[in-house]
Parts: sequence; C-alpha cells; structure tokens
Amino acid sequence: MEWQALSVSLWLGAGTLAVLLPPGIALGHLLAVRTFPGKSLVEALVAVPLVLPPTVLGYYLLTSFGARSPLGAAFDHLLGQTLAFSFPGLLAASAIANLPFVVQPIQRGFEAVPPDVREAAACCGLDPWRRFLRIDLPLAWPGIVTAAILAFAHTLGEFGVVLMVGGNIPGETRTLSIAIYDRVQAFDDRGAGQMAAVLLVLAVAALALVTVLGRRVGRRRG
Amino acid sequence: MAERRLTVALEQDGPIPLAVAFDCAPGAVLGIFGPSGSGKTTILRSIAGLYAPRTASIAIGGEVWVDTASGRFVPPHRRPVGMVFQEYALFPHMTALGNVMTAIGVRPRGERRERAEHLLERVHLAGRRHRRPAELSGGERQRVALARALAREPAVLLLDEPFSAVDRAVRRRLQDEIDDLRRSFDVPLVLVTHDFDDIIRLASHLLVLEHGRAVASGPLGDLTSRPDSGWLGEAVGPGAVLEAVVARVDRAGGLADLAFEGGTLVSGDTGLSKGMPVRVRVPARDVVLAGREPSNVSLHNVLAATVVALAPEPVRGHVIVQLAVGRERLLAEVTRDAIARLHIEPGRDLFALVKSVSLEVLPLRTRLT
Repeated sequence: MEWQALSVSLWLGAGTLAVLLPPGIALGHLLAVRTFPGKSLVEALVAVPLVLPPTVLGYYLLTSFGARSPLGAAFDHLLGQTLAFSFPGLLAASAIANLPFVVQPIQRGFEAVPPDVREAAACCGLDPWRRFLRIDLPLAWPGIVTAAILAFAHTLGEFGVVLMVGGNIPGETRTLSIAIYDRVQAFDDRGAGQMAAVLLVLAVAALALVTVLGRRVGRRRG
Repeated sequence: MAERRLTVALEQDGPIPLAVAFDCAPGAVLGIFGPSGSGKTTILRSIAGLYAPRTASIAIGGEVWVDTASGRFVPPHRRPVGMVFQEYALFPHMTALGNVMTAIGVRPRGERRERAEHLLERVHLAGRRHRRPAELSGGERQRVALARALAREPAVLLLDEPFSAVDRAVRRRLQDEIDDLRRSFDVPLVLVTHDFDDIIRLASHLLVLEHGRAVASGPLGDLTSRPDSGWLGEAVGPGAVLEAVVARVDRAGGLADLAFEGGTLVSGDTGLSKGMPVRVRVPARDVVLAGREPSNVSLHNVLAATVVALAPEPVRGHVIVQLAVGRERLLAEVTRDAIARLHIEPGRDLFALVKSVSLEVLPLRTRLT
C-alpha cells in the first residue's frame, strides 16, 4: 500500500472540486437558464473531455503547459516552477478533464427547476442573486452533490491524463492509479490488489451515494 | 396619493400578437376571457414584468412600470405584484409557511413569521402550515399561492386560470375566498380565464380577447346585454348577466324569487337563501317572445319588455333581440321568421318568457357587515 500515492490522489480529488465547483455551478446555471448565441458550441466544448481519449487530452494539455508555451512560461515566470510535471499542473489538467462530469449534472439540476417557480420567486420580490441562493441552489443541490461525487471518483481513477501531464513523481504527481500500474509492471500482485480494492470501495460508495441522492430528489418532487 | 389604478397598453405583431389597452380600478375585477392561445397569459406576464412586449406602457397610479417609448422597464422583483400562477408554482422545498414568508420581504424574521401565519389563517390553512406543497391537495396549494401573492402587499393582484386544476366543488369555495379577499385588499384584480363561470362569479368588468386583440370590453352587465355579442363564442353563447337579490325561497314549490332592477325573476334553484346576492345569467336561446301575455302556462317568468335593438346572430343566422325590462336589458335569440311574424322592431312592446329552470343562478358571497 502506497500511502503517499493515496494521499496525492485524495488531495488531487479535493483540489479538483475546490477549483472546479464554483465555475462549474456558474456555467451550469448559465447553460440551464439562458439562451445565447454559441450556447451549443459551449456545451460541445464542455463535453469534449468525455469523448477524447485521455492520452490525446493529456498530450494537448502537456503541450500547452510546457515551458515554451505562453501559459507554461507565464506560470514559470510567476511562481518559478514548471506547470508540467507538477501538482498544480496536474490539478489544472484534472479540472479540465472533469469539466463535463461537473457541468453536466449541475446543468441538469438547474434545468429541473420549473421555470414558473423561478418566475414566482421574482414575483415574490426576490432579486436575481436571492433567487439563485434561495430557489435555484437548494433545488439543484442534489445535482451539485452528484457532480462533486462523480468528479471526485473520476479524479481518483484518472490514468491517461495524469501520466501524460504529471509524469510519475512520488509525492508530487504519482497517484494511486499510477501506483497500481507500476506494481503490476513489477509483478507485485498483492500490492496492486490492495490498492485496487481501495479504489473499488471508493467507486462503489460514490455511486451508492449518487443513487441515494437521486431518489431523494424524486421523493421531493413527488 | 392618486388612486392606484392600473393602466395597461400593449402592442406587438409577433411572436404573440397583442393589441390591447385597458385599465382597472382598485376593488374592480377585470376578467380577461378568451380561448387558449389568445394571449391572456402573456398580458398577465407583461404586467408582472416576466414578458416584455415590443410596445408597452404599464403604470399603476403615478408609478410607471413599463414605458417602451422612454425605455423604462422595472424588473419583476421591484414591482409589487401578487401573481397566482396557473400551476401555482410553489417553492417545492419550502413549507406552506416558508412559501409565504419568502414573499414578505426584508423584515425581522419574527415579524415575517407572524404575518405569514396570519395570511395562512386568512385562507384557512393555519393547520397545514408545516406541510410542503407535495403534501397538500390542489385546492390547498392554490390557497398557499394566494396567501403568497398577498404577502407582498401587492398593488395589483394577477390570477392566471386560478381554478383550472381543481374540481367544481373546490372551485366554488376558492371563488368565494377570492371574492372575500378582494373586498379586504382594495387593489385592482386581473383574472385570466377561459371559463365564463369564473367571469360571472367574480368579474366586475370584462375584456374578451381574440388573437391578442380586445374584441369587446366594458362593465360585465353592459357587455353581456349588448345585442352584438357574437364575440362570446359558441361555447358560451349570448345571454345577459343581471345582479339580483334572493327575495323569497319556496322550498315546497321548488322556487326562489330573485329581485332585480327590472322586477322579479323566478328561479328553480332552491339551494339559495333569502337575502343572498346573486348573479343571474339569462341565456338568450331560452328567452321566448310573445305578443300577448300568455295564460295557463307552466313557466313562471313573464316579463313585460320593450324591444331596444336587433342584431344578426352570426352562427345560426338568427336574430338577437335586445329588450328593456325595467332598467335592465335582456337578450333573446329568435329566428328571422319569428321577427317577421311578430313584427319585432325597436319600440315594440312584448312579453319575454323564461323558464325558471333555464336561469343560471350564481350566488355571490354575502358579507354581513
């Protein structure tokens, strides 16, 4: 059991949520309640990481994070550290790879709020910000929690993007799923099995939680 | 402070064509009547600020909410409007009390709670205040929506098909409740409906809408007794609506006397009680005209009448005869043959015969104050 790899995985999952949830909620709300030119394009771009092979996504991210790219150079200049093969780089890549897992359930959550309920809130004197806090957010809450669970679980299991962008630096970018791969390569079936079991339990727990939340929403709309 | 009268003028070619201008005084109930798709709901949504027609001016008292000429548009949350949505649109994650409290605005929590409880009592829902909308019946949800609409102390009340989702018995009770509330909250009330029963029960004024255009508007009594009332549509048909008071009830004989401005009408409705104010609709097709006073007939209503005007009835090719009975007006639908045989022309004195069971009597809630 590599505790360091588990710790990197868990930090990566938590960091991804912290970075991705606020803009994910804003974008999901925007896509759910507004119509604007180019909306379909935005939705397609959000979904791209779903269909792109992780290594392809990782390749493009690695190229744009490299020290010769404007983004990588700016990061290097500001923090004196390369973005590629570092935890911050891995976090940025994870956030992008998880975009659809976060935005789509949140968008569905906001879309499920009946438009007339939102209008009734306006007619009750709630300004747009209070409508969002008191009507939209509580009603879309299960969608937001679902998004968080899916993104967290997906981050723990991500392999291709992590390997491409992060490399395999212990304590920095070596996650549990990469450690499993290494153990299998080294014919350490016992170690790989232990770590695989941890990920399996986490994945099953995550899905069970999503299902329970889904049922709660159904009951409320009864 | 000037009278808080609602004035509305809307116009646009599409996507939903609109061309209406009307006003509504505090205490008055404007019924907007028309088939679905005629733009009724769009008018309400425009008043609430949920829809912006291309050309519009909406004001209440001296306060301008919309004026497209000057570019003024007050957003919905800054318009003190009480709106009851067709499907009620309650907040599903809040209790009845929470729904009402949310609409009360910025006040100390204790005060908001007290006021919300008072409003729920007003609509007879005090015992249900901790239930969520999903745990309430259709009629109860409607009453929560009503209490929530009143919570803001609205300057105007807007009701969108408020009875479409409840059965007839509940509908009656809700109509009474709205009538009660209307009397105590002295604001203009605009009611949208496709059921003429709602209009007769609640409206003081009527606006008939067809493809976004007002085909008739005015006080209910005047409008329903106009001879050219083809705009009422085939479903309702022409028929004058009169105000009356129950003067006598004869349960044994199965009759009730209704005193109106032109005399007395006898109704076969015995579910009434003495002193009750009612509205009576006299369907024009059920009014028979006679040159002489008939005798030995089963019907009870023989009213001396004078012909005021004639107008063609477009659907069946008949003629609508407008009659003066005392100070009231009635309508009768007869064939062209009858017009010729009886020499019916303006100024002619006749007798209008109506079966007691043909009268549609709608009790208005009495308030002993």
